[in-house]
Amino acid sequence: MWFDRLLQGTIDTFLMVGVSSLIALLAGIPLAVILVTSSKGGIYEAPRVNRVLGGFVNLFRSIPFLILMVALIPFTRLIVGTTYGVWAAVVPLTIAATPFFARIAEVSLREVDHGLIEAAQAMGCRRWHIVWHVLLPESLPGIVGGFTITLVTMINSSAMAGAIGAGGLGDLAYRYGYQRFDSQVMLTVIVLLVVLVAAIQFGGDRLARVLNKR
Amino acid sequence: MSTNVQRQLPLEATGAAHSASRTELHPDLNNAHVRFSNLGKIYHGQQGPVDALQNIDLAIQRGEIFGIIGRSGAGKSSLIRTINRLEQPSSGRVLIDQVDIGDFNEDKLVELRRRIGMIFQHFNLMSAKTVWQNVELPLKVAGVPKEQRQRKVTELLELVGLQDKHKAYPAQLSGGQKQRVGIARALVHDPAILLCDEATSALDPETTQSILGLLREINQRLGLTIILITHEMAVIREICDRVVVLERGEIVEQGPVWQVFGNPRHEVSKTLLAPLQHGLPEDLQARLKPQPQNLEAATVLDLHFTGVAGDEPDLSALFNALGGRVSLLHGGVERIQGRALGHLVLSIAHSPHSHDELLTRARKLAQRAEVLGYVV
Repeated sequence: MWFDRLLQGTIDTFLMVGVSSLIALLAGIPLAVILVTSSKGGIYEAPRVNRVLGGFVNLFRSIPFLILMVALIPFTRLIVGTTYGVWAAVVPLTIAATPFFARIAEVSLREVDHGLIEAAQAMGCRRWHIVWHVLLPESLPGIVGGFTITLVTMINSSAMAGAIGAGGLGDLAYRYGYQRFDSQVMLTVIVLLVVLVAAIQFGGDRLARVLNKR
Repeated sequence: MSTNVQRQLPLEATGAAHSASRTELHPDLNNAHVRFSNLGKIYHGQQGPVDALQNIDLAIQRGEIFGIIGRSGAGKSSLIRTINRLEQPSSGRVLIDQVDIGDFNEDKLVELRRRIGMIFQHFNLMSAKTVWQNVELPLKVAGVPKEQRQRKVTELLELVGLQDKHKAYPAQLSGGQKQRVGIARALVHDPAILLCDEATSALDPETTQSILGLLREINQRLGLTIILITHEMAVIREICDRVVVLERGEIVEQGPVWQVFGNPRHEVSKTLLAPLQHGLPEDLQARLKPQPQNLEAATVLDLHFTGVAGDEPDLSALFNALGGRVSLLHGGVERIQGRALGHLVLSIAHSPHSHDELLTRARKLAQRAEVLGYVV
């Protein structure tokens, strides 16, 4: 039944996007914090670390996802033992999402008023206190907004993961809609994706607004 | 309160007014709360090195309100920030309670900064934290237990009069309220020193008055040493005991506030004071003639009282000494630190005395006197 396939596709998409975004969230925030604090004038100023890390982020950000996915096949096999299916797609998705999200989070962290950092130093905060009590809470609304964008982008990228047999809604629409001219399935998938993206965007905006006390 | 004792000590030690004025001129270096010794700061800008501070020698006494004034870019911010090492001096030393803070590591710096509160022009409150959380933050990062934090924050919000706003976020407060939160946050560790970085410059005149009043009250109640920087002489006049004038990173004038106000010596001090002074109104200026036009012409005298004598201008003595018909045209006297200073512009008609005699007589009763001209 195509309904079962639709359900399976939705679950696969949720799985791919959810897992890779969660890892991107957990890895991207520390990465963004290091990028901001190690930059010139930052609280852990380290230009070398900053340059190397920034270079890596730029490298992965500049490779189109489809190519990144293919290029990472040996690495994917090393990590998950297969190059086919949902878990094989999670690896390149995570590697694409992490630098993407880190750059957005970095912008939010950088926008924290320097006066607040100075005030924190003046009240006797250690540097990790500044990260934990000032930088992160102050940039949280921006980080939530950035994570929303990351989620939407990952839904987009996960559709391409169909190319390595990852399944998911994108793959479903491609195979039934493009290869079999089954426009009913394609339309359903499109509607489903639009609803999904709209829901994520709405939820993200809402959360960011609640968190923003400025 | 134990800190009250600190406040009293230097006052008691100096005792009579005579020795008090001596400390004003020669602050006791070995007792100084904060001391700068040959301090310098060089910034390496794009146009080469810039001397932000040079040859700063200064001693700030325990319990005083000390003002640092100067135009923007004079180095005030850099100077005040060397006290809690937000700014690293290039040369010279900063001593707090006779301890050189130059080689402090992070641990010692953190400990030092908890003894020094600081408030800012733009308040610098955490926007994502409530008033309560903002005031609590310094205690939290210091690992103070919860009950103690609760007690301290309550006490300080009461002190600044914001008990009912503890759940509000900074964005919901007015400028004056934000600065009160800033003050509560700065005092939460019971510091011995409070640094004020243009603390009233972003506030309207009325709020400025209330914040300055609060600072004065804190100084008196807690015996805190307050060091403030400002570009407004009115702030200095309102609360400071002593003042230094900075220009291009150097101290160009210093002394008790009444002295600098009554008799400013440096051009910059005069410029900064100008908005507060009673310049000669234009209509009067226009009527002034350099020479007497006829026998009826009245002499216009400008008498300056610099506060040195310590007592108020004696008007009846003035009238008697000058003779003839004396009218007060312009001017005024204000009290700063219990001293009357200002200037009076008088016109004297039908005086039996000559021009020179008038000046000689006036100079016995005022610190400075000059003839501005003659009016008919």
